[in-house]
Amino acid sequence: MKQELEHFSYDNRIVSYFLKATILWSLIALLVGLTIALQLVWPALNANTSWLTFGRLRALHTNGAIFAFAGNAIFMGVYYSMQRLLKTRMASDLLSKIHFWGWQLIIVLAVITLPLGITSTKEYAELEWPIDILITLVWVVFGVNMIWTILKRRERHLYVAIWFYIATFVTVAVLHIFNNLELPVSWTKSYSVYAGVQDALVQWWYGHNAVAFFLTTPFLGLMYYFLPKAAERPVYSYRLSIVHFWALIFIYIWAGPHHLLYSALPDWAQNLGTVFSIMLIAPSWGGMINGLLTLRGAWDRVRDSAVLKFFVVGVSAYGMATFEGPMLSTKWLNSIAHFTDWIPAHVHVGTLGWNGFMAFGVVYWLLPKLWKNGRYSEKLANWHFWLGTTGLLFWVIPMYVAGFTQSLMWKDLANGMLVNPNFLDTVTKIIPMYLTRALGGTLYITGIVVMIVNVWKTVVKGDLIADEEASAPALEAHKKHSGEHWHRWIERKPVQMVIWSTVVILIGGVIEIVPTLMVDSNVPTISTVKPYTPLELEGRDLYMREACNACHTQMIRPFDNEVLRYDPTHKQYSMPGEYVYEHPHLWGSKRTGPDLWRVGAKGYSNSWHYNHMWQPTSMSPGSIMPRYVWMFTTHDAEGNLLNDGSLDTSLTQTKMETLAKLGVPYTPEEIADAHRARRAQAQAIAADLNSDPRITVNANEEIVALIAYLQRLGTDVHKASEEELNALK
Amino acid sequence: MSAFYLMIPVSLVLAVLFLLGFLRSVDRGQYDDTTSPAIRMLDDGTTDSSTPSTP
Repeated sequence: MKQELEHFSYDNRIVSYFLKATILWSLIALLVGLTIALQLVWPALNANTSWLTFGRLRALHTNGAIFAFAGNAIFMGVYYSMQRLLKTRMASDLLSKIHFWGWQLIIVLAVITLPLGITSTKEYAELEWPIDILITLVWVVFGVNMIWTILKRRERHLYVAIWFYIATFVTVAVLHIFNNLELPVSWTKSYSVYAGVQDALVQWWYGHNAVAFFLTTPFLGLMYYFLPKAAERPVYSYRLSIVHFWALIFIYIWAGPHHLLYSALPDWAQNLGTVFSIMLIAPSWGGMINGLLTLRGAWDRVRDSAVLKFFVVGVSAYGMATFEGPMLSTKWLNSIAHFTDWIPAHVHVGTLGWNGFMAFGVVYWLLPKLWKNGRYSEKLANWHFWLGTTGLLFWVIPMYVAGFTQSLMWKDLANGMLVNPNFLDTVTKIIPMYLTRALGGTLYITGIVVMIVNVWKTVVKGDLIADEEASAPALEAHKKHSGEHWHRWIERKPVQMVIWSTVVILIGGVIEIVPTLMVDSNVPTISTVKPYTPLELEGRDLYMREACNACHTQMIRPFDNEVLRYDPTHKQYSMPGEYVYEHPHLWGSKRTGPDLWRVGAKGYSNSWHYNHMWQPTSMSPGSIMPRYVWMFTTHDAEGNLLNDGSLDTSLTQTKMETLAKLGVPYTPEEIADAHRARRAQAQAIAADLNSDPRITVNANEEIVALIAYLQRLGTDVHKASEEELNALK
Repeated sequence: MSAFYLMIPVSLVLAVLFLLGFLRSVDRGQYDDTTSPAIRMLDDGTTDSSTPSTP
């Protein structure tokens, strides 16, 4: 029996919204990136302004590139392809709109809060807790809209791209919730419920899977839809695409610990991460090959089509990044590359090459489909492609060179001594590479500007086909038949199934968290490691506000050169027990400057730190660290106040109470005495600073709290007896 | 390392969810045909959008 055709329309307007948001945020996110790249060459470019400084803007750049640019690109492609693959309009235009505007609101809040220093300091999850809750709500709206659409589909078979979208939704929801568990201090401040090693582990479980399920699986879904569409031929092997999908998602979630090789994480967990990372090559390359071979017999078309050019380079970049990733997960290569510029190079092959080029390819393919009679220019698209490709090469090649150069200089030992004992020498060496990288970024951004011109010509001169007419036969209702499997009843109710399984995940998670909070951790603790004093705690929060961890690590790995460089007196690498009160951990992932975990034990005077924060080059000629003048109270020649650098102490006690709830052993007496203790410590440091005739400082300035924190780092473990430390090894 | 008591179960729950999804999709015949879906996806069900349709 031939079924009656049903007539309906696809919602192209929502796709056009996400398309415009994609190109707008791509320009903004990358301009912020270029700004901070240039600051690594000319630190004065921050104009001594807190909200224009590297640490704060770096979080804005990464969040902007991942969640604003790549995020909107994902939704653009998902909303277009899903309707067509399922032969139905999105289930709810209202939910689509709430999703779009909610997501843009989140981005705007990020643009406001991150430069203000409102941050949780967890990499790629810096946004504070109220925004985290908003993200969860908007993400659920997206998921409900997607699953509802799947339910009312007119196509029984779920094409492989849909599977990638579903895995993205489920996994990102779970990761986001568990990584962002934090106890609020105020509307703009919270502490991670996890401490030290545990916080690092959860963070990189999230961080790695954010790459996996936000930057990889959704883009693979886009590849499986848009590449065959643009090539006008089916994917090379549909069977391989299914194997690719299931193998990838099963292996990916276990690879996170490769971000913590040689850290204080237990060895077995590190090795587990390495094994799964190497296994990942198989599905990743299966997918890449499947994408490229789709063009078999059609390679001549690549010459004429900018869209296909973008896809070919994008998929190739995916192949390179997913080969490099497993290699970097081996301890051997990791010991060289970790903390160096090799890692930003690796990451940017992924984001600029894979995510960027796939997004641009989809934009160019959609433009003439969504807008009729526009002035879309294939020539301009080709210009964009070549500018982007050249920019990508100029970006990553100098950074590979910089990474190798710096790592070899760090590790260079002669007769048991560091050949380059001054960290700064290893920085000034690579500044030319930083400059070349900024040139690459400029080229890439020029390409984006060319794209915006092209979109403008298409959109302004063209007519949007807001509702595209389509028709398809209705889906036959699934009839209950006797003798069916007992679990059929739930399978027919996918909504209930997803809701119930999410509830199960969350209940399980909460049950598991309670012991984390209540039971004594089995991390070996060191008797001399004590919580921070109230003043040091405020200083640590300033360190977080300025995101010092964007450039300075707090993790000394067990290598000769690292203990020689970062702990010259005791030669002690970082131990898990040192971090038990670190909510959150501040290990960092990149050493643009030296490690600071033992900086307080290295013998720098208070006045050295004071002068260094006021003008880094006064203490370290050639330094590329920015000045932190807003942490000082300053007056002009007539004595008028220029900047009020007073420390905000209104939350000191609340902060201590919050940390006490998380297991940091602050007694009620210590909390009650916090302000007196803080003032006493600050006055002692200020008195020491003021004994230098060139320094005039008030005890209530922020810089005093920061110095207190820096001078504390590394001093506790040095008080421990050698027997105690050896017993822990 | 009590964080493992959180993360390993959560990862396992995710993996089991994926496994159920996989078994379910096999069970429901999603992969019985691995040839035609790749070809059918090329058709959007729209009238050829390159030529304006005449009413």
